[in-house]
Amino acid sequence: MGKEQKGPKTKRFGMVIDLDKCTGCGSCMVACMAENNVPFRKDESNKFLSLTWLRIYKLTNGKPFPDTDICYLPRPCMHCEGHGGHSPCVSVCPAVATDYSDETGIVSQIYTRCFGCRYCMASCPYHARYFNWWDPVWPDGMEKYLSPNVSPRMRGVVEKCSFCYHRYQLAKERIFIEGRSEVEEDEYQTSCAQACPARAITFGDLNNPKHAVYKKKKSPNGFRLLERLGTNPKIYYVSSREWVRRAGDNYLKGEGKLKESVQHG
Amino acid sequence: MDSALIPKGVKRCPLWQFALFIGAVSAVLGWGVYAMLLCWFKGLNQTNMNDYYGFALWIWADLAVIAIGGGAFFTGLLKYIFGKDDLKNIINYAVLIGFICYSSALLILAIDIGQPLRGWFIFWHANVHSMLTEVAFCLTCYFGVLTIEYIPLILENRQIDRVPFFHHLSHNMHEIMAVFAATGAFLSFFHQGSLGGVAGVLFGRPFAFREGLLVWPWTFFLFTWSAAACGPCFTILVTKITEAVTRKKLVKDNAIELLAKISGWMILTYIIAKTIDTWYWAKVLAPSKGLTMMDFYSNNPLYGIWILITEIVICGFVPAFILITKKGRKNSLALWIAVTLAVVGVCLNRWVMVLQVLAIPVMTFDIWAMYFPSWQEIATTILPVAYGIILIALSYRYLPVFPNEAELNPLEPLPVEDQEPSELLGDQERELIPAEA
Ligand code: SF4
Ligand code: SF4
Repeated sequence: MGKEQKGPKTKRFGMVIDLDKCTGCGSCMVACMAENNVPFRKDESNKFLSLTWLRIYKLTNGKPFPDTDICYLPRPCMHCEGHGGHSPCVSVCPAVATDYSDETGIVSQIYTRCFGCRYCMASCPYHARYFNWWDPVWPDGMEKYLSPNVSPRMRGVVEKCSFCYHRYQLAKERIFIEGRSEVEEDEYQTSCAQACPARAITFGDLNNPKHAVYKKKKSPNGFRLLERLGTNPKIYYVSSREWVRRAGDNYLKGEGKLKESVQHG
Repeated sequence: MDSALIPKGVKRCPLWQFALFIGAVSAVLGWGVYAMLLCWFKGLNQTNMNDYYGFALWIWADLAVIAIGGGAFFTGLLKYIFGKDDLKNIINYAVLIGFICYSSALLILAIDIGQPLRGWFIFWHANVHSMLTEVAFCLTCYFGVLTIEYIPLILENRQIDRVPFFHHLSHNMHEIMAVFAATGAFLSFFHQGSLGGVAGVLFGRPFAFREGLLVWPWTFFLFTWSAAACGPCFTILVTKITEAVTRKKLVKDNAIELLAKISGWMILTYIIAKTIDTWYWAKVLAPSKGLTMMDFYSNNPLYGIWILITEIVICGFVPAFILITKKGRKNSLALWIAVTLAVVGVCLNRWVMVLQVLAIPVMTFDIWAMYFPSWQEIATTILPVAYGIILIALSYRYLPVFPNEAELNPLEPLPVEDQEPSELLGDQERELIPAEA
């Protein structure tokens, strides 16, 4: 324990997702589901019932050919910080079944504590939270391929992206055994970031100048989703396209200028 | 057969007729119970809720019954604390209706949570910053208060009252009822308000979010105010329905009119506050998040601006103006219309603050989500209605719910030879007959 406390104070793990690079291939979604034992059913046609901790949205600029343009936007949990850890979902949970870690900035979900009131789902404007409407049923033999590091969830509780927190725990165990105090950038990476063939997802400590996200998040083309609501998300997006950046938030007509200051201020 | 249980001086339908009625309503109750068991044993996949609609029909029903059950605390407050003595003739019924509403709300909540066996976590692992925690604590405590308020009425049943202990217990409970009325009003202020807070604190949902006073958003105060305003209307409405069904006048006009008048002024002040709140939200709050008011009311098949007009004008100002005028209150049809509109209005408000909040896309590339409940959700929502009807029927038959009933509906005296010997005797003399003791 003593060793741990020597490291730099607060970490704020987060992502920078380059939307110019994302091809919408879905590798991150698949990697996420496999890594985190996310259950699925035979019929997944109703997307309102599918558990997708990481979901890819398809955005279009709404213009006719030849000006039509599309953009794929991966949306994990934003691990919102709100003001001082007052995330939309954490603040409402009546049973403290979801929590904001001041040490990592990660919004956790305690499955055995959650009693399934779904208030947190109502509070999240990103639809990043999912309810287990059914008990998980794995195709024959698939239970052998489940990750032993992540507990599967039972019916009646809420789940969401954890930034592969079990990987952070494993990394911390390792540095403890090796007598080091700091988890290096490459020692803790989320499954989606590693799986992305286009390297569109960069993951790391937003507070740490040694991590790539520290610099990338300051891109002049960067923005965050629904910043104006005060959710203070830790997922940054980068796009060279103005319409994509504008799609990140709601703006009144003629608010373009304001947008610039909000996004990059 | 059950005449010994029926209050003295009033007439009730024959037992077979009563049993038939209870049997029919019980069939509906059974349907609801079956659906409830399905939800408990098979899980919430029995509903049409989904990840967009984590809150749906049930939470609306919860909010609605608690709002319309607000008649109990407000009538109690007026009678016991503000000394409006005329209301003594309707207070029993207000308490009974409140008891039904709150027990229903607790039942619905127990069905609505994904892990019912962990329901106690809300008390054990309580997050004091969550509005839902405040709701759970105050709701449960207030249900306790309502039970305490309902007990003396049960003890007044003709047979129970004959037991001296119960007779005195009921008498003594009546004596200290003001304490419970005050406690009930205090608890109600907080849970009605925190139910408003449930939506109002959602700063990720610009349709619901409101600023406010200290930790409470404006919706906190609006919900308390609207429950105090419209709850009594529901009490009047149910009284009127009961009078229509029993074909009897049960409560004197002065009590109804007094309650209607106070309710009218409450609705008027509430709806003015609601209008100001809506105006500020539409002009300042929503635009500060990049949204115009019409963003919340267009591009979907259901939620048009009509819903706001219905809530504020048709179900707000209209009943308020009817009820604050003497003519309106005294005209039976106008009174019916006004109390019905007020009840619809407050229920509509709760619907909007739960379901419309979730229907609206917040991310610019998201979609409006529509929802229709499954039969299991509908059946479990009708369940409390059936339960309420049964409890009202039983209470009406066997308990002196309406103190004025005998006076307002004098029985025609039976010819002397048709009366049973015991009916000719006073209470004192009857106690001397060994067979009856
Ligand atoms: S994205 Fe949603 S679930 Fe994740 S922290 Fe923010 S509000 Fe909570
Ligand atoms: S569903 Fe679970 S995590 Fe979400 S608010 Fe309720 S108890 Fe908390």
